[in-house]
Amino acid sequence: MSETTQTLTESAEAMPRGVSLWQDAWVRLRKNKLAMIGLGILGFVIVICVLAPWIMPYGYEEQDLRLGASAPSAAHWLGTDTFGRDLLTRIVYGGRVSLMVGFIATAVALLVGVSYGAIAGYVGGRVDAIMMRLVDIFYALPFMIFIILLMVVFGRNLFLLFLAIGAVEWLTMARIVRGQVQSLRQQEFVEAAISLGLPPTAIIFRHVIPNVLGPVVVYTTLTIPQVMLLEAFLSFLGLGIQPPMSSWGLLISYGVESMEEYPWLLIFPGLALSLTLFSLNFLGDGLRDAFDPKASKD
Amino acid sequence: MALLNVEDLKVYFHTRNGVVKAVDGISFSVDRGETFAIIGESGSGKSVACYSMLGLIPKPPGRIEGGSARFNDQDLLTLSESQLRKVRGKGISIIFQDPMTSLNPFLKIGEQLIEPLLLHTDMSRKQAWQKATELLLEVGIKDAEKRMNAWPFEFSGGMRQRVMIAMALITEPDIIIADEPTTALDVTVQAQILKLLKELQVRRNIGVIFISHDLSVVADIADNIAVMQQGKIVEQGSRDSIFKEASHPYTQKLLAAVPDSEKVPTALDGEQAIVEVQDLCVYFGSEKHGNQVRAVDKVSLRVERGEILGLVGESGSGKSTLGRAILRLVNPSHGKILFEGQDITELKAAQLKPLRRHMQMIFQDPYASLNPRMTVYDTLAEPLLLHNIANKKTLDAEVFKLMDSVGLARENVLRYPHEFSGGQRQRIAIGRAVATKPNFIVADEPVSALDVTIQAQILDLLLELVERFDLTMLFVSHDLGVVRYLSDRILVMKHGELVEAGTAHDIFSNPQQDYTRSLLEAIPGKSLLLGEVGSVGGPDR
Repeated sequence: MSETTQTLTESAEAMPRGVSLWQDAWVRLRKNKLAMIGLGILGFVIVICVLAPWIMPYGYEEQDLRLGASAPSAAHWLGTDTFGRDLLTRIVYGGRVSLMVGFIATAVALLVGVSYGAIAGYVGGRVDAIMMRLVDIFYALPFMIFIILLMVVFGRNLFLLFLAIGAVEWLTMARIVRGQVQSLRQQEFVEAAISLGLPPTAIIFRHVIPNVLGPVVVYTTLTIPQVMLLEAFLSFLGLGIQPPMSSWGLLISYGVESMEEYPWLLIFPGLALSLTLFSLNFLGDGLRDAFDPKASKD
Repeated sequence: MALLNVEDLKVYFHTRNGVVKAVDGISFSVDRGETFAIIGESGSGKSVACYSMLGLIPKPPGRIEGGSARFNDQDLLTLSESQLRKVRGKGISIIFQDPMTSLNPFLKIGEQLIEPLLLHTDMSRKQAWQKATELLLEVGIKDAEKRMNAWPFEFSGGMRQRVMIAMALITEPDIIIADEPTTALDVTVQAQILKLLKELQVRRNIGVIFISHDLSVVADIADNIAVMQQGKIVEQGSRDSIFKEASHPYTQKLLAAVPDSEKVPTALDGEQAIVEVQDLCVYFGSEKHGNQVRAVDKVSLRVERGEILGLVGESGSGKSTLGRAILRLVNPSHGKILFEGQDITELKAAQLKPLRRHMQMIFQDPYASLNPRMTVYDTLAEPLLLHNIANKKTLDAEVFKLMDSVGLARENVLRYPHEFSGGQRQRIAIGRAVATKPNFIVADEPVSALDVTIQAQILDLLLELVERFDLTMLFVSHDLGVVRYLSDRILVMKHGELVEAGTAHDIFSNPQQDYTRSLLEAIPGKSLLLGEVGSVGGPDR
């Protein structure tokens, strides 16, 4: 008996101190093959995009008008567009914009939406009522007018675009989180935390938010593609990125115009976007499972 | 030949982690006019056994591996889905555990009752309505004609269970399977429902299969009892033989788990009360809107240092609210709460924090009271760090000490709550509550969500901790047997007011109030509890 206690204590002492949810999630994520493949592809895409100026043989605005729209060849792996610009280069440069918009705007939405929703849901009562009416008002503002106003007042710049998109996307996030938090607040473990004397901020960040991560992660992976498409839409209207700079959304919308004559102009940007979104979805699914201790630990 | 003959029934679940033998070769028979009770802990396979006969288990992963269940000259296990549907409607019907979720909230009671009649018989709507009304009367719902047009939310839990019983009876089945039909109900309501079921079974001469985890519930109504453990029937026999001559150790353990002794009150010096409550009121809603609920109404009490004070009452009596109000988890409307002589009624959250260390709470539902995303380590470390009881260096050792003292194996330290059974979870929750070495603990029905044998273990753990840490405890429960086993004094609460107080012995032998008497009357298996059934086994505790 004493022997077993001995070994128990020993093994326990060798054990890493309080593994956090995050470390634990990482361990579980690593076991998920699809998610790891997704993460790998995503990492590859990001690295290529970041290093674009140093590894791409052409510039994104470099034209070769003699070439025109040419099919894929040895010199231009993915062909060229109507101005004779290298498509691969434009896709890689476009990825910089699309990924930045996707991640930054989503990060804004995530940060603002989750904390706003969590506070409203946790505090409840009048605070909640006021905070959520504010969200309703933002919802009611016509999105286009809001963006156009921003552009008119502050001038057109990329950073503003991120901000504007983020400012719209956080609303839904806030609503989702608030609903979840409201039901969590009724749970006895939150009451237990209060009776331990934990301050409200600690309760929100330690006990409440980790328990809403599931829906938040899922919604986040849905938001990123949504944001990328929104950017394409805005750019197409002339409110976002301007040529010769490009983004995946813009490349696709130009590709659609000449789909019949030069199909590669649509296919390759489309592939780049789909590949990224696929990896994001796999990663998102993996993350959701990883953050849920209940999802098998075998 | 009996009405239902089950031979060597085997139901296995094929899961990723291997085969689970949920039901492993059980045989039993049920006859007309018989109440057959199947007793077992959660996970013993008692429900699966009954549901699998009616094709109501998820397949896959479930699979019936062998055996037979003969009912009306056909083997239920070989029937097709459409044939089974006929059996379910007319031959065997089921009453489920939770009456709150088993009625469709968007259909009037009457509509739900006549649905099976319109489906399985060629009765006209009018005839069906007539029949349903009569049945409602039979199950003890007054004003049945009017109530046929009521919505489910207009009924209380007990009334809903009556409706469920009427629904089960409406196609005049030969057998009713009652799956823990009273577990979600109050004691007094439970007693009424049990009585009703027994009456109906006798009057209609039908067979009842009564599934329960609690031997004392079936003590008064069962004719024959089968005790199940891990998919097998370990003992089977008439009620008397089970209660008097149980031979299998597991049955004896179940019998011993019924808290059947009375605590000898601890001698107290009675100098300073640890908690004193004066005229405490907790109101919800507002008087202006006419929806005010007086959950706690002018309650005064003293909790003496070192005692376990039992607080009993039915659900809705305000006992939990009172417990929470004393800890300032619910804000009182009027009155005064003194903790260790200090008035804490008006203190702000920040001022309360240092006091929280000394007063803790154990919650009813160990599934809800633990953060599902925190390991045992995190859960137990939190109060230790918060109140500076341990620092980074001593934390591991302190957490292990806590785990030892509540009987959790150390190697489980990095597991999450869902990996534990209900009893183990409650141990974690208790560990969290005693982590700060409090003086005073409010335990809100800490064992009512647990199986009987586990319940006994947790009660003994609580007693041990009270002893070891010099705790004072307010023990809130609806179960008089449990309260009697553990408390020095008992308070009885009704509609937000205290109606009676006394030692366990006084309350049980000489109740003053009608209400207390009706509570005592309603204790299931009183004879068992009060040791009146001959030589009920089990060591005295």
